[in-house]
Amino acid sequence: MITAFLLRSLDRKIVIGIALLIALAILVPALNLLTAPTSALHIPTYIMSLFGKYLTYALLALALDLVWGFCGILSLGHGAFFALGGYAMGMYLMRQIGARGSYGNPILPDFMVFLNYKELPWFWYGFDHFWVAAIMVLLGPGLLAFVFGWFAFRSRVNGVYLSIITQAMTYALLLAFFRNDMGFGGNNGLTDFKDILGFNIQADGTRAVLFAATAIILAFCLMLASAIVRSKYGKVLIGVRDAESRVRFLGFRVENMKLFTFVVSAMMAGIAGALYVPQVGIINPGEFAPANSIEVVIWTAVGGRATLVGPIIGAILVNGGKTIFTGLFPEVWLFALGLLFVAVTLFLPKGIVGTFTQFWKTRREYRDEGVKEKAREQGIAEAAKSTEPQAAE
Amino acid sequence: MYRALQIVLIALSLGLSALATGLRAQEDIHPLVDALGVGSFPQREAAIKALVASGNPKVGQILKQLSDGQLFVAEDGGPVLMSTGEDDPPVFLDPLTGETVADIDPDTMGKIRINNALRGLLGAISSQMTLLSPDRGARLTAAQGLLGNADPENLELLDTALAQEKDSEVKATMEAARAVIMLKTNASLAEKTAAIDTIAARGNRDALTILSTALQTAPDELKPVILRDMGAINRSLAVWDVAQNVSYGISLGSVLLLAAIGLAITFGVMGVINMAHGEMVMLGAYTTYVVQNAVRAYLPNLADYSLVLSVPAAFLFTGLVGLVIERSVIRFLYGRPLETLLATWGISLILQQAIRSVFGPTNREVSNPSWMSGAFEIGGLTLTWNRLWIVVFSLAVFFALLMLLKRSAFGLQMRAVTQNRRMASSMGIRTAWVDAFTFALGSGVAGMAGVALSQIDNVSPNLGQSYIIDSFMVVVFGGVGNLWGTLVGAFSLGILNKFLEPYAGAVLGKILVLVLIILFIQKRPRGLFALKGRAVEA
Repeated sequence: MITAFLLRSLDRKIVIGIALLIALAILVPALNLLTAPTSALHIPTYIMSLFGKYLTYALLALALDLVWGFCGILSLGHGAFFALGGYAMGMYLMRQIGARGSYGNPILPDFMVFLNYKELPWFWYGFDHFWVAAIMVLLGPGLLAFVFGWFAFRSRVNGVYLSIITQAMTYALLLAFFRNDMGFGGNNGLTDFKDILGFNIQADGTRAVLFAATAIILAFCLMLASAIVRSKYGKVLIGVRDAESRVRFLGFRVENMKLFTFVVSAMMAGIAGALYVPQVGIINPGEFAPANSIEVVIWTAVGGRATLVGPIIGAILVNGGKTIFTGLFPEVWLFALGLLFVAVTLFLPKGIVGTFTQFWKTRREYRDEGVKEKAREQGIAEAAKSTEPQAAE
Repeated sequence: MYRALQIVLIALSLGLSALATGLRAQEDIHPLVDALGVGSFPQREAAIKALVASGNPKVGQILKQLSDGQLFVAEDGGPVLMSTGEDDPPVFLDPLTGETVADIDPDTMGKIRINNALRGLLGAISSQMTLLSPDRGARLTAAQGLLGNADPENLELLDTALAQEKDSEVKATMEAARAVIMLKTNASLAEKTAAIDTIAARGNRDALTILSTALQTAPDELKPVILRDMGAINRSLAVWDVAQNVSYGISLGSVLLLAAIGLAITFGVMGVINMAHGEMVMLGAYTTYVVQNAVRAYLPNLADYSLVLSVPAAFLFTGLVGLVIERSVIRFLYGRPLETLLATWGISLILQQAIRSVFGPTNREVSNPSWMSGAFEIGGLTLTWNRLWIVVFSLAVFFALLMLLKRSAFGLQMRAVTQNRRMASSMGIRTAWVDAFTFALGSGVAGMAGVALSQIDNVSPNLGQSYIIDSFMVVVFGGVGNLWGTLVGAFSLGILNKFLEPYAGAVLGKILVLVLIILFIQKRPRGLFALKGRAVEA
């Protein structure tokens, strides 16, 4: 039944996206592990990890698209959920170091020995088991999103007010995680990881598996998101985005619907963070910075809001551009990013995928027009009006 | 006892300096100075004391040179010479007359060294000598030094000084120092009780420390007196603490007000989320820096007032930048607040990088003018001038804006557009024009905030980012579209923050404030002073 639910509502773009991701999940690790380093087809490990990082960003952007594109909640705090997921994974990886740290303490991570902790803080208990960490990756961000959303949606905080308080939320967490006595490594965060599930985290094989896992999880989340937005529930959700009061007057519990979507999205962001940490090798409070969360919004906007595939493309494009630009001309990157923000909002409000879809749709309609000669005059105007998704505000 | 006697001698000789110097000035103290150069440390101590006993007015100068390590002597003895060590090759002077002594081989000269014991002796002598100095400031410092480091051996000297002292503040400090010394001697109970009262009358934290040290060694009869006085001091200190916290809070609140007030205009009046607002503040701070350098270069005698010139300069410059931004980007995005947010964020990145490219990533130095530096005390309160000026400035800006909004034609049009854009437009108000100038006004005010913030914060490309979230919190907390709300919001958040700080620490206090605001917005989504009417539900 669940499979049916997931499969029922796939459209062509989603199917192509999922197929591409699965192909990536097989091809890239294969090219990394099976070809000789001298071969032209060989993908070096660092490139693979870099793309693995982009895919985790893509998952984060997908999570944001779910709430922003389909629910009208512009969250400027999704970086917080990402970072919380990352910290949960980081705590597991810290516990895996065991006695191999520079202080050689079998229980306490290095930074705790350094800060004179006598025993493990209570919230670190259980993180030596992978399943506990895995649950916390979902539970941490999910719980925060639930509590936050419960208060926010119930009192009908919406629009820019919601954006601003989500930003305040991630800012507060940023300040909190910078504190040494929070027990999360303070300024330096968590790093120097050795093993994941008993495998060396630096090894090519582990990296390949992590990459494949990221691609497959991303494909799955894409499928899940697509199933959510194309279900009946998703149709109402779009109604909430475009005319919240009307949906409320029709008798739907708008705040519960928003809350559900927000929590699902936060969990996805948490998973993205958890996949990010082992591939990048560090998690620090900088991930909570409000600027990071806003950058996620621009990935989504570049790719195309409310398209699900778009944010994935946007995240990969923008971050690929960032890697290239900051390498070649570091001065120019912020100019480029800033201009991107302005240009996308002014000239490309639907993003790449949205504009592309629009273009094909108009062409198809134009072609159909030749066939249906009679409905020529009214046809275009009305069709364009009714099919075009309305802007949220 | 010998040392006490010595000090009395010093005191007498210095106190009766008019006569003494008249007689002794003729006396050549060169042999005494030269004696500093030879022998072991104890002999040097004796030489210092002999020098002091001579009562020559140049003694202070010689001893200062000695403790600064400026006195030299040839390895095989001979006259002690002075060199500041600033010249290369070193120039040697006669320490008393200041005449250059020619033909000295620097390699043969060695510095006259002093050890810690001698350094302590020199310090004590200098504080004793300054206790009688004609300069009021020097006497006060010396008396405060004695208060912190009371030594019963200084009692006679202090009494001499007290007998001559005219200035009431110096006298009070000296009396307190005397009281502290009294507690350490074996004076009578009555005298000690009087001493305790003298100390307690100072009523500050130092007095409390002195009393609590005294409590440990005091005889049992005195303990209740000390405890009673300590309690009284503690109570008055608690009151002053609250006042001090309020003053810190007002100071922080004025900074928040300045940063938020421009935002209150763009966000509150126009509904535009300007994420580049912080960068407008930053541009204002950099304008201050540029104006300061220009004034230093072209009008050096006005250097102290460059800050005053910066205010209109920053207002005009950032206002112009705001106008350009509104005309080129924001006007296409009205009615799409979330997109405006993203576009202005992009603008903020561009502005930051532009400033970083032009001025570099490091902090720029903006100096405090003389009339803004320093501090003064009211009772137990310490207020710094720059903080006070910023409070005054923020209130001035606030009321000027309020007048502009309420009393000018432009303000009237602005309020009309805020309340009902369509109706205003149909009444013939050019709403696009009003929008552009409102945005320019908001940006210009942010620029003026930058002038003030350049005085208390680092002028760096990241200056704006640290204020943007706080400013939004103030505006959202105070209520959109109402300047009074911004005022109340800024000061209540500032004071709340400073009251939480002592209990929770600075960072946790800030987090708590953020959490409280988030909770508050749940309760009142439109802020403290919400606009009433049908415009609310968008």
